[in-house]
Amino acid sequence: MSQDTLFDKVWDLHKVSSLPGGSDQIFIGLHLIHEVTSPQAFGALKDKNLKVKFPERTVATVDHIVPTDNQSRPFKDNLAEQMIETLEKNCLEHKIRFFNIGSGNQGIVHVVAPELGLTQPGMTIACGDSHTSTHGAFGSIAFGIGTSQVRDVLATQTIAMNKLKVRQILCDNKLSKGVYAKDLVLHIINKLGVKAGAGFAYEFAGPAIDELSMEERMTICNMSIEGGARCGYINPDEKTFSYIKNKLCAPKNKHWDKALTWWNSLKSDENSIYDDVIKLDASKVEPTVTWGITPGQSIGINQEIPQLDDLSPNDKLVAKEAYEYMSFKPGQLIKDTPVDVCFIGSCTNGRISDLRIAAQVLKDKKVSKNVKAFVVPGSEKVATAAKQEGIDQIFKDSGFQWREPGCSMCLAMNSDKLIGNQVSASSSNRNFKGRQGSPSGRTLLMSPAMVAAAAINGRVSDVREFIN
Amino acid sequence: MKSEFTPPIGKISNVNGQCISMIGNDIDTDRIIPARFLKCVNFDLLGESVFEDDRKTLKGRHPFDLEENKNASILIVNSNFGCGSSREHAPQALMRWGIKAIIGESFADIFYSNCIAIGIPCFTLPKNSIEEIQNYCDNKFLFLEIDLKNSFATGKDLSLNLEIKESSRKMFLSGEWDATSTLLENENIIENKFNELPYINFNSRFS
Repeated sequence: MSQDTLFDKVWDLHKVSSLPGGSDQIFIGLHLIHEVTSPQAFGALKDKNLKVKFPERTVATVDHIVPTDNQSRPFKDNLAEQMIETLEKNCLEHKIRFFNIGSGNQGIVHVVAPELGLTQPGMTIACGDSHTSTHGAFGSIAFGIGTSQVRDVLATQTIAMNKLKVRQILCDNKLSKGVYAKDLVLHIINKLGVKAGAGFAYEFAGPAIDELSMEERMTICNMSIEGGARCGYINPDEKTFSYIKNKLCAPKNKHWDKALTWWNSLKSDENSIYDDVIKLDASKVEPTVTWGITPGQSIGINQEIPQLDDLSPNDKLVAKEAYEYMSFKPGQLIKDTPVDVCFIGSCTNGRISDLRIAAQVLKDKKVSKNVKAFVVPGSEKVATAAKQEGIDQIFKDSGFQWREPGCSMCLAMNSDKLIGNQVSASSSNRNFKGRQGSPSGRTLLMSPAMVAAAAINGRVSDVREFIN
Repeated sequence: MKSEFTPPIGKISNVNGQCISMIGNDIDTDRIIPARFLKCVNFDLLGESVFEDDRKTLKGRHPFDLEENKNASILIVNSNFGCGSSREHAPQALMRWGIKAIIGESFADIFYSNCIAIGIPCFTLPKNSIEEIQNYCDNKFLFLEIDLKNSFATGKDLSLNLEIKESSRKMFLSGEWDATSTLLENENIIENKFNELPYINFNSRFS
């Protein structure tokens, strides 16, 4: 059993009680809500005649269903309009802060909370969304929950949960040029598998992780869940603190000094005990692309799609399904696969640094005429920053459509969808069957830089050929 | 789609029913209920859309469309079932279709918590036992009587020692799987915890 890791310290601090059978009641320091997984929870509160216990510990925004072309109200889609209205009503009724469209702070919930300084080391953070693991980049313990648990957090500010084991993933050396956090996390998921993280929190550590910016660290923690770990985190350091400093909700003045002292004390001790430790060499990671229907089915850009015989017995079943669904043959190169749609955005890779890197690739280049390419900033703040830097213009000049913030085609709950069996090069997080809105649509996950390269060539490309 | 849906309530100590087998590893919650069906403010109509895209692709040959499975209530799955999105809509859709318990090789963490929170016990068995049951289901009807008290299932030709997390088993037997009231019992400790957390004080702009 793990001891003295950041996870242990934060868990123990937030433990309210031991429940029968070995689960714990855990206090949730920050609760984030959005329009998709909260309405039924508010409904259940009403049915049980309960109030929101600490309304100031819950913060709301709207992201999944928002259109990215025309955001004027009412939305064209009646169901989407009904969902945003329900959230508006619930927030008003229960006095919950809501960052609505046009507030300057709306966006994907996992982009917005760090931007506002709501996400801080040492907190427990829960949200009815599996990518809540993103916030672990700050040394918080953050995880996705279902709607019944959203109800529990609203009513009690606690949930019942079994304590997780802790696996440290030590990433040695540094990523090489043209290789990004997205490539590293896809590589980790490929090596460990999509279910290895069940029952675990992942602690990402080592020189390659220390080297990453906060936004890159968010990309890593974001996809912990794709490796089966509902929680992933990184010990906080100077980069964490300077990212938070001066943000809207960050501690100020004398509180800042207190916070720093406390945050520094949270790091996993040098002699802390882990349930498992895995080491890998980050310098060996190549630009990575998924070829299948799980985020674990990925290869380096110059590799071939694996043969059935090269896979472990457990992976064969889903590999067969993937060859068929993707219309790929074992042994085929992933490079030069034609793409129809290029999507840059999502809680994985929709932040300003992601847009900057893609824009560097796109500058003075044109999107292939066979490709529909669009970029969806992760938040209103990201969009504003991009406009100030002239990044939006680089995208537009290249032939990318510049859209309004939201989750968009990561999960296609709005009108941004693949059509038929189109192939998309996507900076998002899931390549599941039908994920991007068409039951036969095919998704290739990759870094935003790689999506930009694919957009220019109209086929999967090695971004290292575009950068000096 | 079954006619009348009544959600489970109170103690759950037995689940009896016909098994339905769903073969495949890493079946994600987008497949169980595609995202477009999440545009709703309640769960009521989800049952009819469970596995919608998979079912359309298989044109009537999907296990959830087979006539012989229409009254089934115990789902048999392989490994990492319910991975991906945290949407509770997935177990809600299964439950509204008629699923009352799931037996599998392994489950994704969030899916598992969601099932427990809405009253669907999930049990695990080793890979070979699951495959045996799935082969059996291919040829004949399998009715199981699951006894949560002893974590044991019996059928006509077989008996199974099921695994279930002790915390989940206890919650079902005591009827406390709907956690809200249990959590509320500690209201005073929650208040104390709130006041004792360092960051509650130094985040002046929070409230």
